[in-house]
Amino acid sequence: MRLVLARASLIRHRARTLLAVLGVAVAAAMLLDMVMLATGMRESFRQLLLSRGFDIRLAPKGTLPFDTDATIPNVGAITSVLRSNPDIREISPVLGSSIHIQAAGRDVSGSVLGIDPTVQGDYELLSGADVTQPGVMVANDHLLSLLHAHIGDTANVAIGYDPQTRSYSGQRKLEISGRVRFIYGAAEQASAAVRRETLDAMESDARRDRASLFMIRVRPGADPDRVRDWIETYIPTVSAISIATAIAQVDQRLSYFRQLAVILGAVSLFVGFLLVTTLITVSVNERAGEIAVMRAIGITREHIVQQIVAEGVAISVIGALLGLALGLVTARYLNAILSAFPGLPTAIDFFLFQPQAAWSALGLLTISGIGAGIYPAWRAASLPISETLRREAIA
Amino acid sequence: MSEPTEAGTVHLDRVVVALRDVHRDYALGPERVHALQGVTLDVERGDYVAIVGPSGCGKSTLLNLIGAIDQPTSGSVEISGKRVDSLGDWQATSFRLRNIGFVFQRFYLMPILTALENVALPMAEAKVPRDEMRARAAELLSYVGLSNRQRHRPSQLSGGEQQRVAIARALANKPALLLADEPTGELDAHTGAEIISLFRRLNDDGVTIVVVTHDEDLANAAKRKIHMRDGKVVDRAGHP
Repeated sequence: MRLVLARASLIRHRARTLLAVLGVAVAAAMLLDMVMLATGMRESFRQLLLSRGFDIRLAPKGTLPFDTDATIPNVGAITSVLRSNPDIREISPVLGSSIHIQAAGRDVSGSVLGIDPTVQGDYELLSGADVTQPGVMVANDHLLSLLHAHIGDTANVAIGYDPQTRSYSGQRKLEISGRVRFIYGAAEQASAAVRRETLDAMESDARRDRASLFMIRVRPGADPDRVRDWIETYIPTVSAISIATAIAQVDQRLSYFRQLAVILGAVSLFVGFLLVTTLITVSVNERAGEIAVMRAIGITREHIVQQIVAEGVAISVIGALLGLALGLVTARYLNAILSAFPGLPTAIDFFLFQPQAAWSALGLLTISGIGAGIYPAWRAASLPISETLRREAIA
Repeated sequence: MSEPTEAGTVHLDRVVVALRDVHRDYALGPERVHALQGVTLDVERGDYVAIVGPSGCGKSTLLNLIGAIDQPTSGSVEISGKRVDSLGDWQATSFRLRNIGFVFQRFYLMPILTALENVALPMAEAKVPRDEMRARAAELLSYVGLSNRQRHRPSQLSGGEQQRVAIARALANKPALLLADEPTGELDAHTGAEIISLFRRLNDDGVTIVVVTHDEDLANAAKRKIHMRDGKVVDRAGHP
């Protein structure tokens, strides 16, 4: 009967209830978006790191992968040391460089990765063939579009260009064998990949047998953090970064961003709370006589409180569910805007829907609905019956 | 009616309401208002009492004390042999639910509930089984002449019909005492007469009624009238 009465009192002022629900929905949408924003980038980054199954990255000492132009020397020797650890299953050295390609009398610049196609984790082949031979390259859609090239075309690729003399260095003709999508690269970045030995051959002597990054897969069941510690002990020229440490570093970099999201989320939660409290308080004040009569005919304080709290919870939950849908739509829109930010990997999402985040937002709003109902409910239940009836009679 | 004694034990088995030297003071700003000043009163089972007097004489305050929705400043209030003047909120609420039926001037039905649901409300609170609750609510609506209006909401009922639903609601848990505060106050003469007639029928069927009213017809329909003035009972003469 309490739920029936709670429902009845909400239906009684349909327009007001609807407006309150919409207000809560907007607050809920913002709260959900802020929760998604606070955790989304971190989770998205984690998923990105895990997507190819590599557990550890090695970067030049004191740097993050591809953060600088620094490289790790003695790839062969380091690979031998790494192979001596039985917990290491696969090693993928990657050399990064910039490239210049002559196309229709103009210079198209981009980046190139030198990889081993059997263990690489940097791109997905979309069509054509991988770099199985030394004289071929794969390219992403952006580079192909800049070159007006297709699979099977040949490109004149150089790794150095002097604009004063307009001369290229490390030049080589490479056939485009495949179309790829780079996992860690931005969509608007012109990128290609060749075999590492191909890139080595194009580089100057000073950059031979070097890598910008090693990606390492550990044996199933092995502890990546123990392997990371082992690497840092035995190869002091590198920084070994496990997924956990990478995420910790990302967390550190995103902390201001997260704080902002938490503050904005808290504000929207508080706005929702105030909205529900105001509505229920107004509703209770209007029904003071009815409530006093209910108390007079024997309805207990607890039941009055339960009925009014149920009203607050109903508004909050319905508003939250509506806000969930609204939040997902706005998150998608905002994500599209933010993801277009130059230089970001296409796989990075700012707003990532996670059921746990949605449940957290819904739970917070339900708790806030209970909180919002408690004050007016307690006021209603504490009305002095005889005095309220006298006031109502005079009114 | 029984005359109260000092001990207040006369016809105890028949006495439903026993008030002894009841005072009720209110603070009104810096002043104290003496709403009731030493009221002593007995109402026996099956009695039908009308409390009359000018506005502000303490009629409603007296009714509230009898109904255990207010507590006296001093004196004792006993309903069906139980002291109710010092009950805690939970005990008083529970007592009201099972022993007292209230009828108010402005009906105070729950607007979104049907007539049947309004009548069932106190029974739901008393945890009466659902089937029994619905059957009794229907029976009570039939008793007050509204068997064809069970599914109507208060807004679809006339003032007289709403008051009859309120009376049925007051009888839901078979109370020992029915209290009514100006039950005809919002009704026209014709509809008021129907309610007066209903009260009479209820009393004839054994319901003990105490009613506060300015309506002379309603007061004259009672078995006896109690006159009040300035917080005191000034005349306890029985109705002829």
